[in-house]
Amino acid sequence: MSMTEEAPRVFERPVTAGEAGAAPGIPPLATERDVVFRSEEVNVYYGAFRAVRDVSFDVRRNEIMALIGPSGCGKSTVLRCYNRMNDLIKDARVTGTITYRGTNLYDERVDPVEVRRRVGMVFQKPNPFPKSIYDNVAYGPRVAGQKKGLDDIVENSLRKAALWEEVNDRLKDSALGLSGGQQQRLCIARAIAVGPDVLLMDEPCSALDPIATARIEDLMQEIKQDYTIMIVTHNMQQAARVSDTTAFFTADVHSENDTRTGILVEVDATQKIFSNPSDERTENYVTGRFG
Amino acid sequence: MISRLSDDRSRAAIAASIERRRVDTRGLLFKTILQSCLLITLALLAVLLVTVALDSTDQLGTRLWDFLQGTLRSRSEDDRLGIHQGMYGSLWIAIIVAVLAFPIGIGAAVYLEEYAPRNRFTSFIEVNIRNLAGVPSVVYGLLGLALLLNGQIFGLDRLTGGSSALSGGITLAILVLPIVVITSGEAFRAVPIELREGAYGVGATRWEMIRTQVLPYAAPGILTGTLLSMARAVGEAAPLILVGAVSGRLGDNPGLFDIGALTDQFTALPIVITTWTVQSGRDVGFTAAAAAAIVVLLVFVLMMNSAAILLRNRFEKKRG
Repeated sequence: MSMTEEAPRVFERPVTAGEAGAAPGIPPLATERDVVFRSEEVNVYYGAFRAVRDVSFDVRRNEIMALIGPSGCGKSTVLRCYNRMNDLIKDARVTGTITYRGTNLYDERVDPVEVRRRVGMVFQKPNPFPKSIYDNVAYGPRVAGQKKGLDDIVENSLRKAALWEEVNDRLKDSALGLSGGQQQRLCIARAIAVGPDVLLMDEPCSALDPIATARIEDLMQEIKQDYTIMIVTHNMQQAARVSDTTAFFTADVHSENDTRTGILVEVDATQKIFSNPSDERTENYVTGRFG
Repeated sequence: MISRLSDDRSRAAIAASIERRRVDTRGLLFKTILQSCLLITLALLAVLLVTVALDSTDQLGTRLWDFLQGTLRSRSEDDRLGIHQGMYGSLWIAIIVAVLAFPIGIGAAVYLEEYAPRNRFTSFIEVNIRNLAGVPSVVYGLLGLALLLNGQIFGLDRLTGGSSALSGGITLAILVLPIVVITSGEAFRAVPIELREGAYGVGATRWEMIRTQVLPYAAPGILTGTLLSMARAVGEAAPLILVGAVSGRLGDNPGLFDIGALTDQFTALPIVITTWTVQSGRDVGFTAAAAAAIVVLLVFVLMMNSAAILLRNRFEKKRG
């Protein structure tokens, strides 16, 4: 695929040894080689308003990291930093550093389009394009300039997204005729088709029924050996079920103008966050006492 | 026992309250007013259509083909009286509007909505475009006169041949340009953010996102807006008078697709209708001729609108 050949042009800076262990809140046993994302002192502003303050944590390879927290705590905003999706919002500004496998994502030489081919995204509301099932999955490879081998990519992606058996006899039908859960799995297949390294999932099950949700969760477990996954979820049980690591965010309410700034409270192994969190605010949240 | 009694009583009360039918006078009044609004609109249209159709039978009923092929004459009893030249002018005005105003207007709208930064300057421009859409058409006629006939700028008159169908078409293209920009812009704004994000999310560039998501999704809306503006252009008479559309002294009938005649003296259906209506005072035969020309113009616009609806339905089907 042509895009993988071009990749070193963009992500050329190698990981330097001095960066290891620099960020606070790194879960133990993170070896440098495994770090996919490292965020240090990340702030996100919308104009003059600071939406997220001083977020630092690492995301390791082949893990599922859940971002949880009450509404308005900025977890979706944080998630969208990792594929430069916040670039699309007028006045949004990211400070601090986020490195993707050692390269600063916000370096001026970095091409956000290339980043998004490596860091795919699945959105809250299933958003298939008003095209056929086939064209939805083939969309990413096509815009990347690929013309041959699309049939294989489509089949493999749909298989990985556990959708192939349900749609292989109607690939030319409109994707809008699928059920909500099928549409979301199609969106996962569409994201997988470009051969990403990471999948960002922004509350992917919030519009789905429990059965469709369970299917997506199973799917995440199956594909995690190939991808690193970050998932924002409102559903604490979901975070507990699917993730290896959990980051808990909360909102700092500024009473003078009723605005909220998201802050990272704690990052740890999911089991620890849900059984024995270090911070009282986390404990209150996961036990249902607030949020 | 007591509770049973009160239970029965309340059942009766509930039944009484929900079974009592109330006459909603105000609601009925409101509905009647709305119905009469619709009736007034339809009645006016019906009067127009019926009178025009009745008046036109003299021409359309007896010599339809001759009327379509005939030329402008100063006397109505002449057997060769017809609107061929007017049809030529209107057809080419429509084509020139489509060729010039649609791509330029849609392009400007794409830039304004998708590329231009949102700031005071761009919103100032948008407000001005909206205002331009409301400027009286005569003013555009003056612009056409200065730009295309008098050669005050760039010597464009040599290109257009002065008073010609080309000048008329260009003038009307300028007239509808703001309408095309506004309606296309609205169609672009209606494209869901989810589609845009979905395309960006798998690594589409802005241009790819626009080409594969925004334009197809907005196509039906753009089509509706542009075709409405086309109908407006074809129905305009005032700007054409200023750019020198004439109602006589024209040469032989050009073939409908004779491009060479584009830079000659011209006329168009609205001009023909106006002139004949004015002349009907001293020559009654022109009443029928004017009515017949109106019918032809209506059919012309109707055909364009039907084409627009058919195309829009096709696009919408594709959009799912």
